[in-house]
Amino acid sequence: MSNLQSDLPMPIHGTLESDKARRSSTALLEWLQSWVVTVDHKRLGILYILYSIFFLLVAGAEAIFIRIQLAIPNNHFLTAEVYNRFFTMHGTTMVFLVGMPILFGFANYVVPLQIGARDMAFPRLNALSFWLTAFGGMLLYFSFLGGGLYGAGNAPDVGWFAYAPLTARTFSPGNATDYWALALIVSGFGTLGTAVNIIATIFSMRCRGMTLMRMPLFTWLYLVVSGLTLVTITPLTAAQFMLLIDRYLGGHFFDTQAGGSALVWVHFFWIFGHPEVYVLVLPAFAIANEIIPVFSRKAIFGYPAMVAASVGIMFVSLGVWAHHMFTVGMTSVTNAFFVLSTMLVGIPTGIKIFNWIATIWGGRVRFQTPMLFCLGFLYQFLIAGLTGIMLSVAPMDWQLHNSYFVIAHFHYVLVGAIVFCIFAGLYYWYPKATGRMMSERLGKWHFWLFVIGFHITFDTMHFLGILGMPRSIYTYQPDRGWNTLNMVVSIGGFIQGIAVLIFAYNFIVSYFRGDVAGDDPWDAWTLEWTTTSPPPVYNFGEEPEVRSRRPLWDLKHPHDTDWEYEG
Amino acid sequence: MSTASRGMDLPAEQAWKLPSRGRVGMLSLIIGESALFTIFVVAYIFYIGKSLTGPTPAQVLEVPILGTICLLSSSFTIWRSEHAIEHGRMRAFAGWLAATILLGVIFMAGTAIEWHKLIVQDGLTIRTNLFGTTFYSLVGLHATHVILGLSMLSVVLVLALLDRFPASQSERFAVIALYWHFVDVVWVVVFTVVYVIGR
Repeated sequence: MSNLQSDLPMPIHGTLESDKARRSSTALLEWLQSWVVTVDHKRLGILYILYSIFFLLVAGAEAIFIRIQLAIPNNHFLTAEVYNRFFTMHGTTMVFLVGMPILFGFANYVVPLQIGARDMAFPRLNALSFWLTAFGGMLLYFSFLGGGLYGAGNAPDVGWFAYAPLTARTFSPGNATDYWALALIVSGFGTLGTAVNIIATIFSMRCRGMTLMRMPLFTWLYLVVSGLTLVTITPLTAAQFMLLIDRYLGGHFFDTQAGGSALVWVHFFWIFGHPEVYVLVLPAFAIANEIIPVFSRKAIFGYPAMVAASVGIMFVSLGVWAHHMFTVGMTSVTNAFFVLSTMLVGIPTGIKIFNWIATIWGGRVRFQTPMLFCLGFLYQFLIAGLTGIMLSVAPMDWQLHNSYFVIAHFHYVLVGAIVFCIFAGLYYWYPKATGRMMSERLGKWHFWLFVIGFHITFDTMHFLGILGMPRSIYTYQPDRGWNTLNMVVSIGGFIQGIAVLIFAYNFIVSYFRGDVAGDDPWDAWTLEWTTTSPPPVYNFGEEPEVRSRRPLWDLKHPHDTDWEYEG
Repeated sequence: MSTASRGMDLPAEQAWKLPSRGRVGMLSLIIGESALFTIFVVAYIFYIGKSLTGPTPAQVLEVPILGTICLLSSSFTIWRSEHAIEHGRMRAFAGWLAATILLGVIFMAGTAIEWHKLIVQDGLTIRTNLFGTTFYSLVGLHATHVILGLSMLSVVLVLALLDRFPASQSERFAVIALYWHFVDVVWVVVFTVVYVIGR
């Protein structure tokens, strides 16, 4: 560990010269070029995260527009067509351009550091994957300019699940749907490349002594996620190929006029779509697995059970997709199968929740911003799981399908669990990546505003759903009894928007003015905290060697090491 | 950082061996590709007999026996090729590799002749009926993978003939060979589904 004491953190490798005199326009170009051609896992991780935060703000703005439109009945803020584009783009962006890239950004940055490696297994594939993902996002947003018929601007308006036959040429003329499909194919290749890379890195690049059962749980969960991604993103790519064959070559996959079946698309989409939820939520668990023990000052409770539960979730999640389809009219045997398999998910996730609570139990909890977000996550993920079990009951689903209850449920998972953990992870690893702490005061403002806004919005949505408000409608009549609740939902949305802006301000300003972090600001236990903040290009001066699950604890407490107790 | 190994005298001398990243990466890619093919195979099976118009598979499809024999034998020749480079017999390596490529090309030629007949004689295109859509998609997806494999093998062959592919690269060649074996295995599935079950 470095004992260097200085006022300034080390600059992130490749940042711009801070001395103005030495900064010229050529230097600027060289700096830009060095980020474009980089194959360093840390810089690619940072690129992934910045890219995702940018799209988080874009898709967040789309959500705000949606909520302005729905705040009062018979509103004309957005037309029906624009509204359809906005909810399609909001969903697609949040899943493919925010959720996936930011979580893979964390993996890129943290996994090699945690396993004591100098880079990913395939650094150039890593860069290729990032740029494919990035261009996928640009392709999707280009449709706003060039997606319409005869060169007019348009955007995809078929919903993020793009059910057939709405996507057929007849019903979706113009190019917007093609941009949607192509964007997802391109970014899907990027995702596949990253998943392959993470698996190869974890299997083949671990430092001496890091056996599989000594890996930090963060790394373990990313191994599981990447395995799941391999078999999740490819069915989507296959279905998109079929869609393009139908649209461009006159194929009949989803063409009911020629004997094709629209239902096949629904199956294929959810064979991707449901495991995708676990692709997004398992990294959130991974982040919580790092932060909760460190801020409770206790080793994680039940490490083997956590590993087993994660692998269990991976397998169970592949057999539950048709619970999105109870209303399409499947046989009662099929319905029963998917009801039971969906409920089965509750067992491994329940194990995880109990283990996190047992980790906190009796610990000396430090209520700093990363931990606050993790506590919010724990509570909200529990509620999301409970409404999930409600929806897994087929008759209950027949009542609530396509209502705001479903919207509330999945936003509880996507925002209440995943986004909360993403914020926790950003506050937790920011000092490692920049050498500066994010402001704790602004962090607390961010947390409390976000948690209050979140509950105002999404708790209320459950009631709207039970009162019968369907999803994807652009307005409603004033006599439905939804007026007050919709206004409340929109107000909560604005509060969350303000919270995210505070975060963005904190994120930028702390880079210049934050307190110097030092190597190990949280007194943590994994290998990334043994090197400097930010780490040098080569990560570790000499290859680390580990003998337990908490190598840095062993270093700090040579007379009370973990490896004396671990089996 | 030098403190990292303090107090860790015990297992340091034990062998620390990890699997090759190339093989792990290729196996992961193969798992992903398998899921991709699974979706196309499921679609093919689901749509068997659902076409509203002709021609049907029984009317127009002929079993590509020669192509199949060639492609499956190429798994054997590439295995011999792998074996040769591991033992540094570079001429045998290039010979078996050339044989593999030749067998792959014969397979692709068979597909080309088959498609030409289907399109020109039988009037079956991708837009004719569901059979056409699913047939050209599935067989075409496999053919794309064969072409990709052939391209990689050809690059290696050219390098080998120029003496630019030394025996020390055997590990990398093994990774490409793994992919080629996968392409062969997929053909067994596609063949069974399209020419045995579907006909």
